[in-house]
Amino acid sequence: MNTDQEPILVCKDLCISYYTRAGEIPAVVDFSLTVLPGETIGIVGESGCGKSTVAMAIMQHMGANGGIKSGSITFKGRDLTQLSDDELRNIRGSEVAMIYQEPFASLNPSLKISTQLMEVPLAHEDISTEEARKRALQMLGDVKLPDPERIMEAYPHQLSGGQQQRVVIAMGLLSNPSLLLLDEPTTALDVTVEAGIVKLVADISKKYGTSQIYISHNLGLILETCDRVFVMYSGEVVEEGTINSLFTWPRHPYTHGLFACIPLPTADKHAAPLKPIRGQLPLPFERPQGCYYHPRCDHFKEGLCDVDHFKMEHVVDSAPDHRVRCLRYKEIDIRLQTGEGEKKEALELGERVLNVDKMKKYYEVRDNSLKALISGKRIRYVKANEELNFTAHEGETVAIVGESGCGKSTFAKVLMGLEKGTEGEVRHLGKDISDIAVRDRSPKEIASLQMVFQNPFDTLNPSHSIGGQISRVIKKFGVESDKAKIFNRVMKLLDIVKLPRDFYFRKPRQLSGGQKQRIGIARAFAGNPSMVIADEPVSALDVSVAAAVTELLMDIQREHKTTLLFISHDLSVVRYLSDRIVVMYLGHILERGTTEQIFAPPYQPYTEALLSAVPIADPEVTKREIVLEGNLPSAMKPPKGCPFCTRCHRRIGEICDNEPPPEQVVTDRHVIKCHISLEELKQVEHVIHVPDEAERLHARQSQ
Amino acid sequence: MVTLIAKRFGFMVFTMIVVSLILFILLETDLTGDPAIRVLGQFSNEEQRELWREKHGYNQPMLLRYVKWLGNFATGDLGESIRFKGPVADVMLPRLWNTAILGFWTFAIMIPLSLTLGVLSGMKEGSKLDRSISVFGILTTSVPEFASAVIFSALFVFTLKWLPGTSSMSGGFEFKQLILPALVLIVYDFGYVARMTRASMAEVMTSQYIRTAILKGLPYKSVIVKHALRNALIAPFTVIMLQINWLLSGVIVVEFFFAYKGFGALILEASLNNDIALLEACAMVAVCVAVTTQTLADIGYTFLNPRIRFS
Repeated sequence: MNTDQEPILVCKDLCISYYTRAGEIPAVVDFSLTVLPGETIGIVGESGCGKSTVAMAIMQHMGANGGIKSGSITFKGRDLTQLSDDELRNIRGSEVAMIYQEPFASLNPSLKISTQLMEVPLAHEDISTEEARKRALQMLGDVKLPDPERIMEAYPHQLSGGQQQRVVIAMGLLSNPSLLLLDEPTTALDVTVEAGIVKLVADISKKYGTSQIYISHNLGLILETCDRVFVMYSGEVVEEGTINSLFTWPRHPYTHGLFACIPLPTADKHAAPLKPIRGQLPLPFERPQGCYYHPRCDHFKEGLCDVDHFKMEHVVDSAPDHRVRCLRYKEIDIRLQTGEGEKKEALELGERVLNVDKMKKYYEVRDNSLKALISGKRIRYVKANEELNFTAHEGETVAIVGESGCGKSTFAKVLMGLEKGTEGEVRHLGKDISDIAVRDRSPKEIASLQMVFQNPFDTLNPSHSIGGQISRVIKKFGVESDKAKIFNRVMKLLDIVKLPRDFYFRKPRQLSGGQKQRIGIARAFAGNPSMVIADEPVSALDVSVAAAVTELLMDIQREHKTTLLFISHDLSVVRYLSDRIVVMYLGHILERGTTEQIFAPPYQPYTEALLSAVPIADPEVTKREIVLEGNLPSAMKPPKGCPFCTRCHRRIGEICDNEPPPEQVVTDRHVIKCHISLEELKQVEHVIHVPDEAERLHARQSQ
Repeated sequence: MVTLIAKRFGFMVFTMIVVSLILFILLETDLTGDPAIRVLGQFSNEEQRELWREKHGYNQPMLLRYVKWLGNFATGDLGESIRFKGPVADVMLPRLWNTAILGFWTFAIMIPLSLTLGVLSGMKEGSKLDRSISVFGILTTSVPEFASAVIFSALFVFTLKWLPGTSSMSGGFEFKQLILPALVLIVYDFGYVARMTRASMAEVMTSQYIRTAILKGLPYKSVIVKHALRNALIAPFTVIMLQINWLLSGVIVVEFFFAYKGFGALILEASLNNDIALLEACAMVAVCVAVTTQTLADIGYTFLNPRIRFS
């Protein structure tokens, strides 16, 4: 990169506001950014920090009530804020293109892919339809979609999520733009698919020299994709710098707080628990005086931080473009504070609580097409769970990991009694519950097996008060029947989940996402359950909130010795909080063992690929790159042999396609399902390499 | 697709049989009074009634009568109308044709008008154009047909003297006579379809794929015509298909008011005069049209929506 080059995009002192009936709401304040040719800029922050607003402002697509209050956005020497609609239209799509969070929603459902792709060059260049078609085909090949001809003739819903996102990327690149905006391009996708897209995006910027602005809440992804990064908080940039300087020496307390919230591969839940940022993101019209972060900051100094709003400042002893918006950054030595969090004790494992033995769940699907009617094959089976075997003990956290469609949620449904198992046993506290529907279970059985759901926003009834909803559960479970006692119990539960007691009278709409999830946890723990299933409990929450909820869940577990069944696709969280891991793929358990066993060789090849796909927000951790090709096969037509054979990078031959892999026992309770011999699998190197403390950059620096 | 059509067709036949059975029980059996009295009047004597029953086969077992009745229906023998003294088919078909003409012109004007205005107002929700169209739509829809018929007559017939006040077409078909009944229908129905279109269009305009299309740098016209319209018209299409039903039998007031010799007026006349055979035939035709439009709406919907077509 050459700093003498003319910058592609310059945002200068940009202030963006939304105008509503309540008055002007400043969404972004004092934002400055320079993008050089070929450079990738990351913008990171939690929801509501204004990162998407910046992207929309660059596209000049703000909606009716948004507007740029002051400052300028200069793209290749032209101020975008001053352009007419026609001039803007010429720039959009041809010079600046955008890639969106939800690929399916951003493609028109009733137009063929070919139409949607070809119209981009047709609108911007004077070329023939054949030429446009040729270009579109070529681009589909470039984004590594197999069989571009078929994709061209498909409708969006006929493609998988990863394929759709590749199509959207192809659409963005068709007119060879000089700037590409990516707004959380992989958030809606699975980890292994995400890894593929991230690699593609990186290749593209190299191949075409496209500058990129990459918006994400995930620090690990930013690290993997970007050259420079901007950390935003409550509408302003609080710190900017190159990946190296900012990730190695974060200077702003908020940046540091973010890092403390994400579990790194070195983190241990007992020795170094996550340190959530206290308090909440202020609403735009409730921003405090002075530094916006000061009410949540540990280094707040009265009379200094809460007086005037101040500008970004260059960090004295760091790279030239490392700047920070903090008056006290010199006095704060963040390094001294790492690893200083309170220590928590590990739980002793108790009795066996859950025993899953050869559990199967098949769904019947009726095929009503004429073809099926004639051939007589009307009923087909979706094999959602195939011979699941595993156990969980009291106080243990068992994580079930796998991509969407692997059958992990189906298993949770069978456990909860929402579905009946087809074969095999699921013993909870010694009783087989696999074919007892939840309606036929006694209140006590229901109370002892509870669930925390993924989306806290939809799981609370919007028209009942919080207190009413929890009281009802307590009454139903038969924990208490006396009114006063129920009230006391609700109060206690609110204390347990660390919410103020007057939340009893509130309605769900008055709560933030994190608070709602706490209520969800309180509800699950109302009947003193022996086991709680948490289905992606924090994936819908922001990083700092997620850390707090995760810690809370573990504190309660520690106190009540609850068995926690943690369903997740996020291996870094799983690595951090679980004792044992079950890796699922297409309804099969491919590997199970303790967390240490899963994260070290021998690996099942799928586990290996999953580990490689986890973005890690630590520049000194190195990973072996394994990118899976192809799509998850349909559960209606799973491969005959090993379920993973169609995408496996270690496939050894026909045996993988034709014969189901044997279960190989490595040690007690560590089982791998694979045709490759254990000796060979043991030869495989570690996927993630974490440097020792002594090898660390800042350790070397201080010597 | 073939199975869908076959299924819908089977369902259609099934519905018609059920309706015919209900009709038969209501009108042709003693359940709701003696059919002989209904036809011959209450001043007929028992002897006359017995003769009538014998002649028309009413003494046969009920099931046999139903099967015969249904068979006659299916082969086009709809019976004799007492009121018009002739075969039902000869009476009904011209009336049906007249209503079809009225319906055609109503649709020919109402649909393009309401779709255009609906799309225009849905394109920019909350704009001045949107608000004026919406208010106008609510206004026209909330005035019932009998009121607007009176108002239009007062205006165009009595004050301006532009149009004839009746549409009986006694001197042969005259287009001028068609204008007022069609106008009343258009004004009444326009607001409804326009509002449905507006809601559908407004929803599409806020969708992410429209944002994608705009940010691709497509001309605004192309965003609307190519990306928005197709998706926005799926919902109104179903609504429009259902309006055909309403036009067939819901227009009694208008046809009666303007003395237009249409299907709705025929139903009214048949029921006022206890003309059972005619009533049965009219009811069956109405049901047939209702089920057919439903089926067409379902099939059309799948055609418009590729997500259903290819899954």
